[in-house]
Amino acid sequence: MPLDAAGVHARLTARFGDAVGAPAGTGRDAALTVVPERIAEVCTLLRDDPDLAFDCLSNLSGVDYPKAGHIQVVYHLFSYRHRHWIVLKVNANRDDPVVPTVSTVWSHANWEEREVFDLLGVRFTGHPDLRRLLMPEDWPGHPLRKDFVEPEEYHGIATSRESLLKA
Amino acid sequence: MGLAGFEVEIQRQQNGGGVVTEDMTLNMGPQHPSTHGVLRFVVRADGEVMKSAIPDIGYLHRSIEKIAEKVGWHGFLPYTDRVDYVAAMFCNHGWCMAAEKLAGLEVPKRAEYCRVIADELCRLHSHLLSVGTMAMDIGAFTPFTHAIREREYLNDLFEELCGARLTFHYMRIGGVGWDLPPGFDEKVTAFLDRFEPMVEEYNRLISYNKIFTERLANVAVISAAEAIDYHLVGPNLRGSGVRYDVRRDDPYSVYPELDFEIPVGRGEVGTLGDSFDRYIVRMDEMKQSCRIIRQALRQIPKGPVIAKVPRNFKPPAGDTYVRLESARGDMGWYVVSDGTAFPHRCKIRTGSFTGISIIEKVSRDLMIADLVAVIASLDLVAPEIDR
Amino acid sequence: MQELVDGLIKSGAAPAGVPAWLHYLSAMLLFGGIVVFGFVLPIAGITTWVERRVMGRMQSRIGPNRVGPAGFLQWLADGLKNLLKEDIIPRASDAALFKLAPYVVIAGFVATFAVLPFSGNLIIADMNVGILYVTSVTALVVVGILMAGWASNNKWSLLGGIRSAAQIVSYEIPAGLSIFPIVALTGTLSMQGIIAHQGPHPWQWFLFDNPFTFLAFFVFFVSALAEGNRTPFDLPEAESELVAGFATEYSGMRNLLFFMAEWGNLYVIGAIVTTLFLGGWQIPWALDGQPVLRNLLQFGLFFAKSYFFVFLAIWLRWTLPRVRVDQMMTMCWKYLVPMALVNLLGTAVWMLVFPNGVPLVRWVLTALTGLALVMFFWRVRFHVRAAGYGRAQLSFNPLATTRVRW
Repeated sequence: MPLDAAGVHARLTARFGDAVGAPAGTGRDAALTVVPERIAEVCTLLRDDPDLAFDCLSNLSGVDYPKAGHIQVVYHLFSYRHRHWIVLKVNANRDDPVVPTVSTVWSHANWEEREVFDLLGVRFTGHPDLRRLLMPEDWPGHPLRKDFVEPEEYHGIATSRESLLKA
Repeated sequence: MGLAGFEVEIQRQQNGGGVVTEDMTLNMGPQHPSTHGVLRFVVRADGEVMKSAIPDIGYLHRSIEKIAEKVGWHGFLPYTDRVDYVAAMFCNHGWCMAAEKLAGLEVPKRAEYCRVIADELCRLHSHLLSVGTMAMDIGAFTPFTHAIREREYLNDLFEELCGARLTFHYMRIGGVGWDLPPGFDEKVTAFLDRFEPMVEEYNRLISYNKIFTERLANVAVISAAEAIDYHLVGPNLRGSGVRYDVRRDDPYSVYPELDFEIPVGRGEVGTLGDSFDRYIVRMDEMKQSCRIIRQALRQIPKGPVIAKVPRNFKPPAGDTYVRLESARGDMGWYVVSDGTAFPHRCKIRTGSFTGISIIEKVSRDLMIADLVAVIASLDLVAPEIDR
Repeated sequence: MQELVDGLIKSGAAPAGVPAWLHYLSAMLLFGGIVVFGFVLPIAGITTWVERRVMGRMQSRIGPNRVGPAGFLQWLADGLKNLLKEDIIPRASDAALFKLAPYVVIAGFVATFAVLPFSGNLIIADMNVGILYVTSVTALVVVGILMAGWASNNKWSLLGGIRSAAQIVSYEIPAGLSIFPIVALTGTLSMQGIIAHQGPHPWQWFLFDNPFTFLAFFVFFVSALAEGNRTPFDLPEAESELVAGFATEYSGMRNLLFFMAEWGNLYVIGAIVTTLFLGGWQIPWALDGQPVLRNLLQFGLFFAKSYFFVFLAIWLRWTLPRVRVDQMMTMCWKYLVPMALVNLLGTAVWMLVFPNGVPLVRWVLTALTGLALVMFFWRVRFHVRAAGYGRAQLSFNPLATTRVRW
């Protein structure tokens, strides 16, 4: 029985109350905002409840909103059994973003969270192996942030060169 | 023909009797003939048997997602080709779908059919490379050259269609760049008439060859539950028996009007979910793609090939998540717009990314020669993993 | 060979005051030199050309076709290029072993030519332990490959070297065991002696003598392929896993020496199979009065038979994939060794029961093989027809270079 966002929201508020916000958005992109501390429990319920049965984490992305002052982690969940979708959004404070890990719920989250940590700097507590994925281990900074300034050089190699179009 | 003899040997080491040995740490480095791009595996091996193979990625990271935020909606399309240059049409299509959904654009019917034809030709293009390189990694060089020969026909067709052989940049937001050239449907039909019997020829040459099946049977068996947990997609998922295809179960474009089957692994040789199943699903998918292209060429209506889209494209603020069935499976595009001419965030979730994350788990107690077979059967391409 | 030299001394062509053994020694050295520089090295080179052209046709493409007519001088160009290349020796490698390894491999390969017959009179040294000498000398190749794998100071090379050592040493057993039935049939280990016991007609070959030697032929050929590191047993140099296996760190001429040994070894395999199973150089006419013509015809026939097996090895290499290490070992120890033992025992029992063989069995085996060949070519014709190639497009010319139309 596929549920829409409102149906999923109803089941979640029954258990978590205010920790899960009302759906915002239209159609399949309607998202529920969850407080960071409860996200792991919410995801566990979403996976294990037989009416919800979200057995697949389709996407986990981090988005930087400097003006709003938070980094948002977006979870797109899918259920193969019921063929329904839900979107969860978690807002983490931009100065020290900490979110509990969901890699214990879906193994796919393991590498996705590593990537979000690498590129945006969000620390996922409880993650078995949180280290950089795409960038080298000793890269300074988190490149996907809006205020990221590229370092001048990396191990003696300059990161920019003068313009090839001479005036 | 199991690993019985090796199990005995490993046990003797643990029991403290016999010769003292230690594991060897090998580096299957970024430059290697069969890692399908620039990938690195740190392999701890006890002789030929691996204890673990840990992937180290990032050598092909080109910050494409950050570039999206700099170059604007239209300008990002050539960059999408490079997300997965082996199957570039799908990446074009994904970005266009996301932008069109955000702006609420309606794509003309003829453009949708052109997109489907281009997509399925690209699926053939990618699968031919995948099965060819898989045969080459197992040691048979001839099927690879035959696959490349067929790909040359496809390259000629693509060159006629959009001017490029690899990075197509064929689709535009709102439609496609150019209409099908005159005589294109005859050429494509002639190619398909020649190509469909070739799939049978490959099956006779290599697919059911005893040595080939012995190399792939029971290697890296992935159950359906594991596949869903790690979010394997496409032929990787269908090889484990899960009959799910975005084109059928979450349709987009004009796929609801087309009739085709979804091949699923059957455990023909060995166990369901082994490397052979993933390989044979790709062979069967090629036949289905030929079917789709023929139908699309018959059903394509007349009309414009692109909707009216302003040059200064500014979709309203919001976010969307679209998916399409790329050659490597379900490719997800999460795009956030803030109402300006530049996207706020673009996240691409690809089939190869999930495929490589499962390698560490399935590679325990495999042999080094099997690691090569597993990488090939999961159809990993480095540009998709690193973006 | 000895009669030739005796004849030369008698006719006065050679100086008379020199002792006889010096004559024999210098004749052997001279002939050995001619064989090595005039036959072995060119054969190793030309086989690369043949392989690349045959491989090209199998893969729907043209092989080398630029250097010389139909690319025939490509191997000379490759040899020259390799001589001119920078000789890189890794700093951390064991330099002495590293430099020695290719020469050990080449020595093991070239030394087999001392007993390979070319025709009735042309053989460098017809030792009375001929075939035993061949199997023992080819074991030098293992030592060379292990040296190369170890001295390169590269874990991938080491893996390749160890795999190769395991493979060659393992497959010596079925190869040796498959030679024994033939030795039992003839009672001699000498190469010319084995050929003398066969005849020119197919049913007089040892291949069709009894069902056990028929099977021994297949066991021997497969084992010889494995010993020569050819696909489907080319794990030691498995390109997709180990780059070039034991030869990864080698550049220039040192690298070429390894591969020259491999391609030349194909001819050695062909020659041994021809000697043991296919009747060697036996021709249907006696031609007693014309030694030159006789030897020429015998050499031509021997070469043709040996080169057919070279072609067969090339054909197998470009068709079949590669087996894995454990599958290769399983096949050797669990399948080929028992089969070879059964063949040996069967031949011995056959010789006991039928001391002179059974002509009917020979004719039946020959006829069955002929029938199999006819069915094979019939099937080829069927596939060619089914693929829809008309006469205009298909060309059996192996040197077809221009306008390969789809």
